[in-house]
Amino acid sequence: MDATPFLTLSALLFTIGAVGVLVRRNAIVVFMCVELMLNATNLALVTFARVHGQLDGQVAAFFVMVVAAAEVVVGLAIIVSIFRARRSISVDDASLLKY
Amino acid sequence: MSFPWLTVIGTLPLLGAVALTLMPRGGVLPKQLALGVSVGTLVLTAVMGLQYSPRGGMQFEEEHEWIGAFGAHYALGVDGIGLTLVVMTAILTPLVIAASWNDGDEGRWSVNAFFAWMLALEGLALGVFAATDVFLFYVLFEATLVPIYFLLGGFGGLQRSYAAVKFLVFSLVGGLLMLAAVVGLYVVSAQAGTPTYLLSELSEITAGIDESTGRWLFLGFFVAFAVKAPMWPVHTWLPDAAAAGTPGTSVLLVSVLDKIGTFGMIRFCLELFPEASQWASPVVMVLAVVSIIYGALLAIGQDDIRRLIAYTSVSHFGFIVLGIFALTSQSASGATLYMFNHGMSTAALFLVTGFLITRHGSARISDFGGVEKVAPVLAGILLVAGLSSLSLPGLAPFVSEFLVLAGTFSVSVTAAVVATLGIVLAALYILLMYQRTMTGPLRADNATITDLRAREVAALAPILGLIIAFGFYPQALLDVINPAVERTLEQVGVTDPSPDVPLEALSQDEEASQ
Amino acid sequence: MTEVLPADGVFGLSWLLVAVPAISAVVLLVGGRRTDRWGHLLGTAAPAFAFVLGVVLFVALLGRGEQERRVGQQLWTWFEVGGLRADFGLLLDPLSALFVLLITGVGSLIHVYSIGYMAHDARRRRFFGYLNLFIAAMLMLVLADNYLALFLGWEGVGLASYLLIGFWQHKNSAAVAAKKAFVVNRVGDMGMVLAIMLMFATFGSVTFEGVAAGIEDASGATQTALGLLLLLGACGKSAQVPLQSWLLDAMEGPTPVSALIHAATMVTAGVYLVVRSGFVYETTEVASTAVVLVGLVTLVVGAIIGCAKDDIKKVLAGSTMSQIGYMMLAAGLGPAGYAFAIFHLITHGFFKANLFLGAGSVMHSMHDDVDMRVYGGLSRLMPVTFVTFAMGYLAIIGFPGFAGFWSKDKVIEAAFADNIWIGIATILAAGVTAFYMTRLMLMTFLGDKRWKSDVHPHESPATMTIPLVVLAVASVLGGVLILGGWIGHFLEPSVGPEEHHDLPIPVLALTAIVTLTVAVGVFIAWRTYGTKEVPVTAPRGSVLTRAARADLYGDALNEAVLMRPGQWTTRWLVWFDNRGLDGGVNGLAALIGGTSGQVRRAQTGYVRSYALAMLGGALLVVVSLLAVTLA
Repeated sequence: MDATPFLTLSALLFTIGAVGVLVRRNAIVVFMCVELMLNATNLALVTFARVHGQLDGQVAAFFVMVVAAAEVVVGLAIIVSIFRARRSISVDDASLLKY
Repeated sequence: MSFPWLTVIGTLPLLGAVALTLMPRGGVLPKQLALGVSVGTLVLTAVMGLQYSPRGGMQFEEEHEWIGAFGAHYALGVDGIGLTLVVMTAILTPLVIAASWNDGDEGRWSVNAFFAWMLALEGLALGVFAATDVFLFYVLFEATLVPIYFLLGGFGGLQRSYAAVKFLVFSLVGGLLMLAAVVGLYVVSAQAGTPTYLLSELSEITAGIDESTGRWLFLGFFVAFAVKAPMWPVHTWLPDAAAAGTPGTSVLLVSVLDKIGTFGMIRFCLELFPEASQWASPVVMVLAVVSIIYGALLAIGQDDIRRLIAYTSVSHFGFIVLGIFALTSQSASGATLYMFNHGMSTAALFLVTGFLITRHGSARISDFGGVEKVAPVLAGILLVAGLSSLSLPGLAPFVSEFLVLAGTFSVSVTAAVVATLGIVLAALYILLMYQRTMTGPLRADNATITDLRAREVAALAPILGLIIAFGFYPQALLDVINPAVERTLEQVGVTDPSPDVPLEALSQDEEASQ
Repeated sequence: MTEVLPADGVFGLSWLLVAVPAISAVVLLVGGRRTDRWGHLLGTAAPAFAFVLGVVLFVALLGRGEQERRVGQQLWTWFEVGGLRADFGLLLDPLSALFVLLITGVGSLIHVYSIGYMAHDARRRRFFGYLNLFIAAMLMLVLADNYLALFLGWEGVGLASYLLIGFWQHKNSAAVAAKKAFVVNRVGDMGMVLAIMLMFATFGSVTFEGVAAGIEDASGATQTALGLLLLLGACGKSAQVPLQSWLLDAMEGPTPVSALIHAATMVTAGVYLVVRSGFVYETTEVASTAVVLVGLVTLVVGAIIGCAKDDIKKVLAGSTMSQIGYMMLAAGLGPAGYAFAIFHLITHGFFKANLFLGAGSVMHSMHDDVDMRVYGGLSRLMPVTFVTFAMGYLAIIGFPGFAGFWSKDKVIEAAFADNIWIGIATILAAGVTAFYMTRLMLMTFLGDKRWKSDVHPHESPATMTIPLVVLAVASVLGGVLILGGWIGHFLEPSVGPEEHHDLPIPVLALTAIVTLTVAVGVFIAWRTYGTKEVPVTAPRGSVLTRAARADLYGDALNEAVLMRPGQWTTRWLVWFDNRGLDGGVNGLAALIGGTSGQVRRAQTGYVRSYALAMLGGALLVVVSLLAVTLA
């Protein structure tokens, strides 16, 4: 099978996600962009699993999903508590953790 | 299986330290317990020492496998060199505890902690001097840093944090280099067959390694020991540490802990890397001679009594290192004897000046004058301690210093001549200090200084007694030291240079001609 | 030299000579105030016991055949490593026996004297402790059978000297003088230590016997080096040029100390060392010439200094230097001079101790004022002191028949036989000696009284005058030792047979010349100080006088050449250690700290910039991977 379309899509999604993380200030959007990147990776993993006829890639994709889910739980909780404390979810405002 | 003397002797102070942390804080009980434990250790050491047979090689050996994959063992044992230092540590600790009776009362932590760290230091130091496994030695070597760090940082003077950190960083840098060498030894021994860290087995393996490997490994160990000793130019942590610590801490640091450096040189550098030791000997001797003169000159220029004593130690450690690396039986035996004698004489100096400093609240020489008039016993003891530091014949350090110089003279006249300059400078730094503090008209603000109390005299008297006794009969120690040193030098593969005009040959000629 | 026989019979007690004063010293010093009441008695009994024992041993020695007069006693091994061995071994032979008698005899008298002299000092007991320590160390020095044990005594007397010079340490000048004496002596000690090390490296032995046996076979350089190094040690202890500067300052000590240590015994240890090591100097022309030169220079320098000082003790100190110069010179002349050096040493011990104690007696009655310009006319008020002092005076200037006459004459003869110029110099110095001693006599005892009204000179108590009388008798009769050449003959087992040289002129003529020179010196002094009023404040004086008052600028030289540069070096090194070495370490720490302070600015806290950095990093990895695979 030809993997090129799948991989192209994966790369596209990843790029969109990466650019989103870099340019958007809204924490929720940044968060969603991260998810986008994770899923782009998942797509690539599944594609390669198919190409090689092995299950490794799919297993890895499941791992990523589980981790992403856990991450969403923790991440959203943080965002909510930041919003409660500061009335803002701009990532640029939350820059206290620095030198 | 015989009685594990060394394990018991080393563990007793450690258990004492644990007990101290568990018991109620403050009061006189922790002090008494600490003193009791250290005296008990001394008694056990004495009993063990009486069973030691001078020509029996390594004795009281214990060996248990520890980490099989590395070849690390829990292995202890002492020969004449190790025993001398074990005995020195066991003698000094109770005296230091007695002398520091009230020094732990106003620290950052409780008095329990003060004495617990002291006992912990004693136990670890005893272990270091008895370790016959390189890995065990390394672990204990680094572990001794912990008690001293807390003793310095918790119970010292003004600059204690700075001094403690400086001490720790210097020691850790040295220790890191040593760690690299320790890992290197593993590789070497693993390549030769089964990995081992046992000194007895390693020395056979390292005898066959190639030149450059041996030299690199030697350097790793040597630099660590040179920092510890301390030698010029890595000595600068010592004056700060000595000035910041309580007198007792300084004694344990300079008299006991620093000996690990010179002990390590003779035990590990010489025995494991004979070829590299001979290769490095000229350079090390130069550094040692520089230490002697540099330390003495710096001591003359100090105004802080404790820094002065620290610099005199730099000078004396120069003598010890010179003796070890001159690689003659006289100089190496002298160096080992010097370790013991320096321990005693520096302890006496630190403790007696500590009493003086505590009484007046200043360590500056220029803040004293004419103290002899109000405190004659203190002045007398300071003078005797000082005279032993300047190697007056009749006091113990003279014999060791002379042996070092005479042994050095037979291999390098230049080094011996320059080092002998040190005896003139020693007279200057000690007598200048004595003159400025003790003699002259009594300063008005010194009039309230009181003479030594019975407890303080009792802590110092045994040290002075030993200094005088070993000044006239050092052979008691030399009988123990000589065979061990001979064996070490045999391993290095050097023999003493023979005299230019051997008298035995002369008398035989005469007999033949008659 | 003859063989050393093991000690048997009464000789087995030799060790008590050292042990008894040493134990007494320990009792007095450790016993503290408890021993105050009887300390001085014990302190005097100890050297007296040693003297009695010394006499017994001396008589026993005389009772033996000449070949059996060297007796050795091995006490215990001090230390032994490899081939280096040092024993506590004693050697009683004619040379050390004479010294034992001198040390314990004069020492006992001075102890008795000190009972009176120090009666009002609260720390008298300690003074006796130090004196006993000195006696023990000095006996160790002369009884040792090897150089290391000798060095033990050598440093022991140095310590005692340090303690006693600084006995009145509440005075800054005394404390400084004590330290100076010790440090200058340490310079000499360096020579001793190096000499001993050289002996060990060359012969594998440090005993007198061993070195003497091997010295012939050693290389020339070794022989010369040994001789010069030992000479350095001797110069320090005996206050010979260039290490002379400490002796004049040492007069800060109590006067009995000056008499015992800095006149009669300790300062002569250098001469003892040279004579004892005669076998070294006989092999090396260079070193023995150096000994003669050192002696010659010092005897001239000492005499010149003695002429200019107004401090009575410093005049005597300069004189001591000068007289030891004579001994040193004689010792440097080899077998021709050994016996004369020792002879002069002994008579000097008598008359110089006598003079110092006399000076002490004068000071005692003058409220410890040492300035001769405020003395004058004391002869009537202190008759015993005056008469005994006069005996010492006549002895030192070499008045015919007195002890110094015989001994100094012999030294001058030996010098003359060796080299006519050295001989002339010694004769001139004898004239100068007569000058300054006459000056001292005139300014102190004769002429008009110049002391202030609140001073009431009086004769000293019996404990002080009796030793003076005994020493005065010895100063008169000391010359008997030379009768029939006894001393030279007696010393033969120790130093070898005496050598006789022919003099260019008859002996009697030489004696006449010397005596005439002395008479001229006395006359000049009398013209200058006896016929005119002595001004109470010192006149400015000539260039030479001023130089002599400043000890011929010896101290100034030391200060300019050694002290100043030394202080400068020390200060510079302290700076270097703090700023250079430690500064380097701290600088490195600061550099690392500063760099990380800058680098942490990259941690802005903005999530998006971290993300950009991550992306950049990932890209970099990818690009470099590609570059590697494609390349």
